[in-house]
Amino acid sequence: MNEPLPLLPLTLKDVSFEAGGKRLIKDLNCCFEAGPRTVIIGPNGAGKSLFLKLCHGLVPPLEGQITWNDSNEISSRFKQAMVFQRPIMLRRSVSANIHYPLKLRGILKRDRISLTEEALSRAGLGRLREHPARVLSVGEQQKLALARAWALKPQVLFLDEPTASLDPAATHAVEELIDAIHKQGAKVIMTTHDLSQAKRIADEILFLFRGRLLERAPVERFFRQPENDLAQAFVKGELLWWRLGKANRKNQRKRDGDK
Amino acid sequence: MDDFGEAIGAAFHLLFTLDDQLMEIVGLSLQVSLIAVLIACLIGLPLGAAIALFRFPGRKFFAILLNALMGLPPVVVGLIVYLALSRSGPFGVFGLLYTPAAMIIAQVILIVPIIAALTRQVIEDLWLEYEDQLRSLGANSTRAIPTLLWDGRFSLITAVLAGFGRASAEVGAVMIVGGNIDHVTRVMTTAIALEVSKGDLALALGLGIILLCLSLTVNGAVYAIKETAQRRHA
Ligand SMILES: Nc1ncnc2c1ncn2[C@@H]1O[C@H](COP(=O)(O)OP(=O)(O)OP(=O)(O)O)[C@@H](O)[C@H]1O
Ligand SMILES: [Mg+2]
Repeated sequence: MNEPLPLLPLTLKDVSFEAGGKRLIKDLNCCFEAGPRTVIIGPNGAGKSLFLKLCHGLVPPLEGQITWNDSNEISSRFKQAMVFQRPIMLRRSVSANIHYPLKLRGILKRDRISLTEEALSRAGLGRLREHPARVLSVGEQQKLALARAWALKPQVLFLDEPTASLDPAATHAVEELIDAIHKQGAKVIMTTHDLSQAKRIADEILFLFRGRLLERAPVERFFRQPENDLAQAFVKGELLWWRLGKANRKNQRKRDGDK
Repeated sequence: MDDFGEAIGAAFHLLFTLDDQLMEIVGLSLQVSLIAVLIACLIGLPLGAAIALFRFPGRKFFAILLNALMGLPPVVVGLIVYLALSRSGPFGVFGLLYTPAAMIIAQVILIVPIIAALTRQVIEDLWLEYEDQLRSLGANSTRAIPTLLWDGRFSLITAVLAGFGRASAEVGAVMIVGGNIDHVTRVMTTAIALEVSKGDLALALGLGIILLCLSLTVNGAVYAIKETAQRRHA
């Protein structure tokens, strides 16, 4: 038998995306290798969610290429998982929600059952296994989404603000699950608005602003001394939209010209 | 008023004595309509879901066509099926005219558009909510069809009931292709029409009341099941 093809690296080349006549992602170039946890930050509407969906293949880019090392569409999809800000649960029991994607992957029933049990107990959802998933609280659903992702043993896990609207305890539980999935060998790429969470989780930071990737740096350096002044302002909490007047946009254009 | 009291009396008399002829008519009615609904579900549910999920040229046209076909006049369907099944028609060799099978075929044609059109609407709305999540989990459009049909089951029950309602209430199509033959193709609606034309209002009203009760019972039972299950799943 030949070695299973690794999914990573993921390469984005000159990627842009447009909707409603607006350019929402602009000339994005970057590459993701296996290993370090990547956290994407940036103000509301910067295009973070869109960026994740482009990478995950849920929306096609208008221009440019997004390529995985494993170029087979089906097998590369099966090696990824994504947790949405508001996960959608099927109108079935908690455990059936984990079974479903395992079945799509053609995993045997015996293995499905053991994977599901393991995932549920990891997420602390064991006692809810027969509950209808839709009646769980938001936090429980988020944990279930993580448990589902864990059971899939993905090589890459995308997370879109996984702890927005969770209480501190649930946030902690979700962060531990993310850590467990990372330790299992998954590359984590996530977005968050919680900068202290970014510091806790990230190995590297991507700063996205108005559809552009303005900075990419190791977490330490990013928070100590971001090179980009918009990133600097954002980290200090000074990047306020009502101050983003013409001046800043002119600066931005100048910077783009310098490159 | 006298007529009405007499009719109710006649209806209950027939009911309580489990009148053979009545039971036969009621039984055949239920049999024809239920089989027609079952077949129409097997066709209409996946068809509606496919039109909701797949992007193909003429998709909008199909959706509009289905909506228009929901209002097909039963007599027209009856006429078409009659022509198709009559001895000189393309399917004449099967000798199905004036059999319950012919009535089932006509009713299937009548209610497939209803079930398919309502299904399309339900599944299209669900897909908006589920698409990213399902595709992320690894389901393509084909694989999403059974998933969404199952997840939309509470809303789809309404579509199936609408189909059943239409099947059990219509008279034009089954009259033409069934011929209202005693002991063979006589169902409640055609029997009512016949009794009225004969002037036997009592029996006609009695049958009408039974038809109404049956419809209420079926709808009520399904509604109760749906409510309980839905409350469980939110
Ligand atoms: N399908 C679409 N059609 C039109 N506009 C879209 C579409 N998807 C996203 N947008 C727009 O793209 C921009 C970026 O959206 P995105 O959801 O990626 O932002 P975000 O960085 O995730 O923001 P937040 O932090 O609020 O979640 C927004 O201005 C949004 O209105
Ligand atoms: Mg977002």
